[in-house]
Amino acid sequence: MDKKLKHRKIKDNIFTAVIVIITMLSTVPLVLILYYLAKMGISSISWEFFVNLPSPPGEIGGGISNAIVGTIILIGLAMIISIPPGILLGIYLAEAKYSKFIGLVRFSVEILQATPSIVIGIIAYLWIVTTLGGFSAISGSIALGLMMFPLVAKSTEETLKMVPNSIKEASFALGVPYYKTILKVVLPTGLSGIINGILLAVARVTGETAPLLFTAFGNPFMSTDITKPINSLPLLIFNYAGSPYKEWHELAWGASFVLVIMVLLFNISAKTIAKKWKIKY
Amino acid sequence: MNKIFNGDNNFQIITLFSGLLILTIVIGIFITLFVNSYEVLHTFGLDFIIGTDWNPVTQEFNAFPFLLGTLLTSFIALFIAFPISLSIAIFLGELSKDGMLNTLINGAVELLAGIPSIIYGFWGLFVLTPLVRELQLLIDIPPYGVGIFTASIVLSIMIIPYAASLSREVISMSPNEIKEAGYALGATRFEVIKSIILPFSGSGIIAGVLLALGRALGETMAVTMVIGNSHIIPDNIFSPGNTMASLIANEFTEATEEIYLSSLIAIGLVLLIVTAIVNVTGKYIIKKFIPNMN
Repeated sequence: MDKKLKHRKIKDNIFTAVIVIITMLSTVPLVLILYYLAKMGISSISWEFFVNLPSPPGEIGGGISNAIVGTIILIGLAMIISIPPGILLGIYLAEAKYSKFIGLVRFSVEILQATPSIVIGIIAYLWIVTTLGGFSAISGSIALGLMMFPLVAKSTEETLKMVPNSIKEASFALGVPYYKTILKVVLPTGLSGIINGILLAVARVTGETAPLLFTAFGNPFMSTDITKPINSLPLLIFNYAGSPYKEWHELAWGASFVLVIMVLLFNISAKTIAKKWKIKY
Repeated sequence: MNKIFNGDNNFQIITLFSGLLILTIVIGIFITLFVNSYEVLHTFGLDFIIGTDWNPVTQEFNAFPFLLGTLLTSFIALFIAFPISLSIAIFLGELSKDGMLNTLINGAVELLAGIPSIIYGFWGLFVLTPLVRELQLLIDIPPYGVGIFTASIVLSIMIIPYAASLSREVISMSPNEIKEAGYALGATRFEVIKSIILPFSGSGIIAGVLLALGRALGETMAVTMVIGNSHIIPDNIFSPGNTMASLIANEFTEATEEIYLSSLIAIGLVLLIVTAIVNVTGKYIIKKFIPNMN
């Protein structure tokens, strides 16, 4: 009896030890990735790095200004395209009564969310690039917008569902029409959650490369024309990492560092907003 | 017209329009992909899926090596990631429910989920590939460095957070009364986890695995950079290979003939169908078996 108890206790200890060890070891890749990013990235960052264009191989002192500007344009346009319909769809999903149609809409949201980013790229190519007759920033933004649309809708829906009914009913009782109740009472109440969802969606698409390969395409020069190819940080990293030139590898490490910081900032601000503005009912 | 809301019609129509929009987009995606790949599916028929030759020069387009590459890398990655993410989930959901260590590990997992895939690929190419090459020299096989094995490792790191976060949530949701009943009967913690918590959270863990698998199947950039891009069926897990997504990423802009482009679009369609099935099944399990979720 005593022996059996001992046996069970040993088993328990071994189990706990294995779990703890594996969990600790699982952080090793993250530490390694951050270590290399910091080590290789910080050394290539300087003022020139942010204001210069990429230099030809063999020359030092190149920068990534065109990719930073390109990323900002691509993301900005994608936000303009995806946020309004995303929020409307979120309202629809949160408010509409159950019907067969809404089931179909929900299913579509799930499918679009699950669509691999490379397939989104193909779609934007077939829909926009072949129509316009060439690679362009706008086609890249539409690809990114297609990825953000279901994300924004989902987070809006979840936020609005948490807004208590009593608030809505109070508004109705005052004779406020339905659309005004939604726009002026329910939406503001859930605003922090909606912004949180938007920022997370932005963080998600900022690092996307696959949908931009055959839409935004990349551009070694500075461009702000949305009907022309444009560069972005992930595209620059992909193109330069695969090149045989050491200077370009350094640019890619620097760009990776900047990209990770950008994505992190979006994630952290999303968290801060969610925490700070959280309304307690 | 049936009233969707109890209220104003205009507003109702505007929001309804957004629902119609997403429905149209999704139907449009399938129709576009199908129409553009019809020629290839018609020419090669079933051979498109089971044939093994991909040669743009001789106009031979069969997708099997890439289908195999996608399945191999995803399942090897899952095989590596599953025990690790389950350990993390048990650790965060049961062993150390709060405190500094929990915050630290939780933060690390979230950070891992936030890193863009291109960074994983870049890191894999410059840091992991040389290490794999050393390993290959050690066990005396051709030292490519890049290949199915390297891609699977990078993928496994990327999907750990996906499998872990859902599992952690269901594990921490397992009812306290039953756990306490277990302890009251003299069960050790291992026994409580094995015979109470894991059976309780089984469907959630499976759903997490499916969502992680969906992510792995569709992953493009990280894989493209470290898989070696070979059109031949890999003969062992260290050989270079290719996946459906990385083939599209590499060759789409080079495809000048219509049938070439159409083949790549057909591969995109196959990829979309596979990932959609895996994801929808995962979501269905969450909805069906974990009612408290969300």
